[in-house]
Amino acid sequence: MSKNIKLRKGLDINLVGRAERTVAERPMAASYAVSPLDYENVTPKLLVKVGDRVKAGNALFFDKNNPRVLFTSPVSGTVSAVNRGEKRKLLNVVVDADAVQEYEQFESTDLGSASREQIVETMLSSGIWTRLVQRPFGLIADPEKKPKAIFVSAFDSAPLAPEYDFVLAGCEKELQRGFDVLARLTDGKVHLSALAGREGFVAGIKGVEHHTFEGKHPAGNVGVQIHHIDPVAKGEIVWSMNIQDVAVLGRLFLTGRLDMSKTVAVAGSEIDKPQYCRIIAGAPVRSLLDGNVRKQQAGAAVRIISGNVLTGRKVEADGYISADADMLTVIPEGDRYELLGWAMPRFHRFSVSRAYFSWICPRKAYRLDTNLNGGERPFVVTGLYEKYLPMDIYPMYLLKAILAQDIDKMESLGIYEVLPEDFALCEFVDPSKIEIQQIVRDGINLMIKES
Amino acid sequence: MGLRNLVDKMKPTFSKGGKLSFLGSTFDAFETFLFVPNTTTTKGAHIRDCNDMKRTMIVVVMALIPALLFGMYNVGYQVGMTGFEAFWFGFLKVLPLIVVSYVVGLAIEFGFAQSRGHEVNEGFLVSGLLIPMIMPVDVPLWIVALATAFAVVFGKEVFGGTGMNVFNPALLARAFAFFAYTPQMSGEKVWYAAVDGADAVSGATALESLSTSGTLGVHAVGGEPISACDAFLGLIPGSVGETSTLAILIGAAILLFTGIASWRTMLSVFVGGLAFGYLFNLLGVTAYPPYLHLIVGGFAFGAVFMATDPVTSAQTDKGKYIVGFMTGALAVIIRVCNPAYPEGMMLSILFMNALAPLVDYFVVERNMARRNRRIKTVK
Repeated sequence: MSKNIKLRKGLDINLVGRAERTVAERPMAASYAVSPLDYENVTPKLLVKVGDRVKAGNALFFDKNNPRVLFTSPVSGTVSAVNRGEKRKLLNVVVDADAVQEYEQFESTDLGSASREQIVETMLSSGIWTRLVQRPFGLIADPEKKPKAIFVSAFDSAPLAPEYDFVLAGCEKELQRGFDVLARLTDGKVHLSALAGREGFVAGIKGVEHHTFEGKHPAGNVGVQIHHIDPVAKGEIVWSMNIQDVAVLGRLFLTGRLDMSKTVAVAGSEIDKPQYCRIIAGAPVRSLLDGNVRKQQAGAAVRIISGNVLTGRKVEADGYISADADMLTVIPEGDRYELLGWAMPRFHRFSVSRAYFSWICPRKAYRLDTNLNGGERPFVVTGLYEKYLPMDIYPMYLLKAILAQDIDKMESLGIYEVLPEDFALCEFVDPSKIEIQQIVRDGINLMIKES
Repeated sequence: MGLRNLVDKMKPTFSKGGKLSFLGSTFDAFETFLFVPNTTTTKGAHIRDCNDMKRTMIVVVMALIPALLFGMYNVGYQVGMTGFEAFWFGFLKVLPLIVVSYVVGLAIEFGFAQSRGHEVNEGFLVSGLLIPMIMPVDVPLWIVALATAFAVVFGKEVFGGTGMNVFNPALLARAFAFFAYTPQMSGEKVWYAAVDGADAVSGATALESLSTSGTLGVHAVGGEPISACDAFLGLIPGSVGETSTLAILIGAAILLFTGIASWRTMLSVFVGGLAFGYLFNLLGVTAYPPYLHLIVGGFAFGAVFMATDPVTSAQTDKGKYIVGFMTGALAVIIRVCNPAYPEGMMLSILFMNALAPLVDYFVVERNMARRNRRIKTVK
């Protein structure tokens, strides 16, 4: 039944600062935040004001485009700030956490007798629904629709990413319950893809279709897995969920409480002691870093990334970890000049091209900074992006179709099957330094507008 | 660092609002040449591969150096010199060609970048060296200047600059010079540099001899017959950089090892040329061994440095096989079937530059058809 899929394309970037397999328990932080900016195409409408009391699982705001989709507080406490940016755009809602947590009690639905609609309702009102991602386009799942299948990736192949077989060890019960719930949402299958050789921790899960993948990043991207298992055609919808959120979903249906605790990796070359931390979603970055960042030389700064180095969001030291992030990465900023850099051997920098010398020591771990390493140019090289996108898609043609805003071409070339994250490696290797993920994002937004 | 401080001090003058802001792109080109800029990633991937266009282009230039150095030596060798004397003589003959090509081409590139407010592209670093290498050594400098200007303006800038051009700019320069100034670009004298102001030596190229008599002909100095070994090493008359298959293969090794040129294109050009060489042998049209096609004239040079140009060649892997094969095949067809014009490589590559998008179109169309079929099975 289980199928092994081997991918030859891709790239593992070996960075310094992989998290050690130890978990540090973090004390409850002073405040937690929920941000609509962690989701695409959400128009938030507030349901609380500063000073309101909320329990864990109470709604803070909802999406105007889809009023049933609620965004709930991960902790109980008092709403202490509603931060807005330009044009009063909602940035986040901050909740000061109580010392002793109170949980909103949701119906601990009996899966056997509950209808699909009841299950959906519980998921919506608890806020866990927001963690269901709909493809095409990577939006929050539409509760009025039924997907042809649901996909969960049991491994993350991005640089320094958390290892889920460690993170989720001992969570079989929650996971099983979570997958049972997912199975009720679709008439099709629930596909669970693990890394070949590391599938042990999910091997016992019942009621799902097991797959194993072999290969380099982006083999762990759920989009790549969908492409190889059951690709999305025009007019079809599939959903996906992060596997840690499946555990949260399982806990919700076991206990009736929204317990948003998860284990995140704190990694990167500028972390003193890279390790895992047990936190509640929306925790402040400071509570995670907390004296664990290496001292920098005068004038040098670090970049804190909520997520991995390829697709994560930049956050400030006083910010909060984003809802979709399972890791926090800290790397040096690269805002300095390099004399004749392009002509130098540059042994300390990484390149997939043998125009540099990374090929001499393939196992070396690199301390890479955020320098763009060149100026933006038009597309020149060919045949390069293809090597880092393990899909039956012509990346450059798709990108050019997007730039030309040619909807028909975008459809035929595979826009329904991709998200910006799938193109992250193409962007990394590109010697023309083109903002490829942004182009894909723009293409998807255009498709949403036109449909 | 002193140099950095100096550049920082000059920068405001050339930046927006500064006195010399109209030279911004020029300043930027020199600044980024000296220093990799301090720009950091803002969107998308936070880390980036350290390879950029400058490095890519400079590796191609390095790959051209063996053929260029040998070409300089050969310029002297062809008029009867040997050793360092030959090289120095050739160096002095070839250097003006290189200088003219770079000065004219870069001036136009800078001008266009300036008027568009773009950064200056590195593409011409390669084109500017390719142009003198595919010219006969005795070509007048004003023709080089004119051909370069034509190629840069009408071959590249009118399409939007590097990356947008349809035809390989260097080959366009040669085609322009060849058709506009045929007497100065062909014949028996242009392949030999003038010694002390007089055209002392003349003779047909090996390629012309091959097409007319089926042999490689004789050395103009000494009268010995030209052997296949001479042709492979490059001790034959021809354009400056194209004669030595050996030096070109060293360049090919650099390009293939660094992954900058596509092995698919390169290999298929050679396969195509050889295949049609054998075919003409079988048909009895030619009697000489087909491998001679690969070592005389511009075949090897074109296959390694021109057909592999990523911008003007096919962009899909399958397309590269097809376009490469057809380039090699067409070059041999022209050489054999058109006695008036023995060198087919230039036209063959330019023609396939024009056809490459069509080949890609069909390759991509098949991918699109596969995807669209999936929709129909669903509904």
